[in-house]
Amino acid sequence: MTRVVDTIKVVELLEAEISGSILEHGQNELFVDPNKIFEIAALLKDHETLELGYLTSITAVDYIEYFQIVYHLLSMKFNRSLILKTNLYNRQNPSIQSLTRVWKGAELQEREIWDLFGIKFNEHPNMKRVLLWEGFQGHPLRKDFLGQEEQKI
Amino acid sequence: MCNEFAGGLIHFCNIYSIFDSFLPENLDWMAFMMAAISLAFAAINVVVMATALYILFERRVLARFQARLGPNRWGPFGIFQPIADLIKIITKEDTTTDIADKIVHNLAPIIFLSATLAVIAVIPLGNNSFLGKLNVGVLYIVAITSVNVVAIIMAGWADGNKYSMLGAMRGVAMLISYEIPMGLAIVGVILMSGTMSLSGIVEAQELPFLLVQPLGFLIFLIASIAEMSRAPFDQIEAESELGAGYHTEYSGMKFGIFQLAEFMAPLITGIVVTTLFLGGFRGWAWLPGELWFLIKVFSVVFVLLWIRATWPRIRFDQIMAFSWKALLALAFLNIIILVVEIEIFQDNLGSISLNSLILMGAINWVVTIVSIVFMANALGQSKLKRPKAQPSSLANMYAESE
Amino acid sequence: MTLRTEPITINLGPQHPSTHGVFRLRVTFDGEIVVDAEPVLGYLHRGSEKLAESRTFVQVVTLTDRMDYTSSMTNNQAYVLTVEKLAGIEVPERAQYIRVISAELSRISSHLMATGFLLNDLGAFATPLMYCFRERERILDLFEMLCGARITLSFMRPGGIFQDTPEDFWPALTDFISNFPKYLDELETLITGNEVVLARTNDVGVISPSDAINASLSGPMLRATGVEWDLRKADPYEIYDRLEFDVPIGSKGDTFDRYFVRVQEMRESLKIIAQCIRDIPIGPIKTETPFFVRPAAGDAYAAVEGPKGELGFYLVSDGGIAPYRCKVRAPSFINLTLLKEMLVGWKMGDLITIFGSIDIVLGEVDR
Repeated sequence: MTRVVDTIKVVELLEAEISGSILEHGQNELFVDPNKIFEIAALLKDHETLELGYLTSITAVDYIEYFQIVYHLLSMKFNRSLILKTNLYNRQNPSIQSLTRVWKGAELQEREIWDLFGIKFNEHPNMKRVLLWEGFQGHPLRKDFLGQEEQKI
Repeated sequence: MCNEFAGGLIHFCNIYSIFDSFLPENLDWMAFMMAAISLAFAAINVVVMATALYILFERRVLARFQARLGPNRWGPFGIFQPIADLIKIITKEDTTTDIADKIVHNLAPIIFLSATLAVIAVIPLGNNSFLGKLNVGVLYIVAITSVNVVAIIMAGWADGNKYSMLGAMRGVAMLISYEIPMGLAIVGVILMSGTMSLSGIVEAQELPFLLVQPLGFLIFLIASIAEMSRAPFDQIEAESELGAGYHTEYSGMKFGIFQLAEFMAPLITGIVVTTLFLGGFRGWAWLPGELWFLIKVFSVVFVLLWIRATWPRIRFDQIMAFSWKALLALAFLNIIILVVEIEIFQDNLGSISLNSLILMGAINWVVTIVSIVFMANALGQSKLKRPKAQPSSLANMYAESE
Repeated sequence: MTLRTEPITINLGPQHPSTHGVFRLRVTFDGEIVVDAEPVLGYLHRGSEKLAESRTFVQVVTLTDRMDYTSSMTNNQAYVLTVEKLAGIEVPERAQYIRVISAELSRISSHLMATGFLLNDLGAFATPLMYCFRERERILDLFEMLCGARITLSFMRPGGIFQDTPEDFWPALTDFISNFPKYLDELETLITGNEVVLARTNDVGVISPSDAINASLSGPMLRATGVEWDLRKADPYEIYDRLEFDVPIGSKGDTFDRYFVRVQEMRESLKIIAQCIRDIPIGPIKTETPFFVRPAAGDAYAAVEGPKGELGFYLVSDGGIAPYRCKVRAPSFINLTLLKEMLVGWKMGDLITIFGSIDIVLGEVDR
């Protein structure tokens, strides 16, 4: 049975190494500072009591005032999971550090988020649209995308 | 010229004498020519129609192997399906690329077809029944099938398409590599029968050479499947998935000629294998020789079809390695063993008695099986053994919380 | 004298007999060796995630069928499990058993297609493909008995399944699972011991376990590398914790392992179905839910072990009748992460084989 990691211990660990990283924490999830996401991810992956080496999925959700990026992590060694959430308040040009160098599985999923939401991932090896064609105007999964005009390939 | 032959169903001299009887004396060159043309006409038509029927046969039998029916709509058992195929191919537009070399482009399918057709000229169909009697029939067959290579290069080059030239070159590399084991397997047959003429080979087969030299038969069969670029050696044609085969730019009747030649090849291979290894038209006397011939050709063709339906494709570098390492070595082994055995068993008159033939056959079968097993191990079949699976330590599904 | 060579780029175009759907691959060859491979996706993108935001929670079930269309039942199962987790709906036991039976049947169906098409790519000229499809027809007949459709099934609803099984379903199912092992043995004799298959797939396209975990692979691709991870055992859902079955793993991580793991998984699925038939109780098949399911505001993620890998749904609800955000964690999409690393360095003839062994379905990759 996959249980969630002990979030209190994780908060202590993260605050000790990278101060100011945790904004809030719930029973299953941690809200973290988007500017420190790379160090947080590296610590979570390599620390020997956590070893969260498997990135299950990266998602983005458009709450109108902010974008929220949700990371679902898993430790196959200890069979524990964790959810990380960050909020991006810049609606025009949101951007966040790419985690491809920590988990390679982030590569295609981050491209999809750029394609459908318009959130740029810095230092991504191949930041191009993946599901829509280059030259498509707009980012469909945003709540203000109406999709009324026809776009030619 | 025609005095010493008599009898036989299809014999040049019989037909020549028919023409000769109603033409004036000094025009016997015309009788000669008309006899030749009519025989050639009959032979080519029979083979082409047999190919058309064979295409239907192949599609139906392959379909039955795959648990489905084949074409069965038009005519009983779909017998008229080849007519439908023919009409479809003829009415297609005949396109040529702009940068193509027109003469070479048009000549390539013709040469391909003629090379395949010309083999039937020397095959003995029944007792004293043949189209042409050549002393060096076997050499003729090996030489004519090599003309296919030239046709493929012409087809690949004349399109002006880079990828089809590449495809043609790979195909030619494979065909040339497999001609050597094929020729060496035939050497074994020549050694046993003492003559290169095909009717002489058929006469020498008191016991069919399949039983006497199975290794030679296997090598010849595998090499001829590769020569025809049929499964499991059809990497150059299936390459049309990725690159381009040599006949990509052909359409219409020119493509139809390529297809005709490609489907004629198994029939011709069946005929040659029957003549060389299965005893040609020899058989027990309660059926005429021509019928025995047909039955044997049919069974060889069926085995070729069976192989096509069953096995996946071999990768190109594995095909080349197989020819140059395995088949060549086995072919040399075959020749050496045969020479030694002929030395031992041949009596003063130069022929081998039936009992010695059976003994030779038994020894050769044992040698075949042992050498194939040894060759398989030597070529690395042991690398195909798989280790037992160990779960990785990186994941632990059953980890419980502390 | 060295020859000056130039690499050429070939487009393995969207319409192609070997790409398992509309998938485009731009490959660069240096002679015969692949030096670069770039997949171009999105030819089947239908915007399922955006469409889900304007459909009710129950209507989204029909959208999920069409993603992994070779095994619709597992898509349905993943989605309704997420809705139930989000809304706190309990599912009766009989419904759970029937869900497990249909999920395992669709796993067998998907693996049959994967095996058949892999052999077709190897060049076996459609013969094993036709045998696999003949068996798959029997499974599709069973699905037709259950819900009237063969491929896009929409069989499950949040709270259970939408109709109970007809009476002639159980004898047909028992018949199927008693005949299928013989067929699997026949297939294994033809293929697993075949030297040409072994020579073409042995040590071809190898992935190491640590690379696989880092690249978020899942399903038979992950298990073929030797990592024993199956969601049905690691994080059991429905009634999988009561069932006994093994998780097959591979030894080397090559193409042959990926094929062999799938064949062994088919046998395990038969064991699961047999146990379910033995243990299934009588009872209701769906808990009563209101016509418009309105989960409380919040989010939930639930995943099932689909035939291609871990299929998960992340649903965010704002208290309305439609999901605020429905994200699909598509295994085929993520399994393509390592495509370039798996292809580079191999020959032209291996390209299609390695690609076929990943077993992607474009409906899921592109959604």
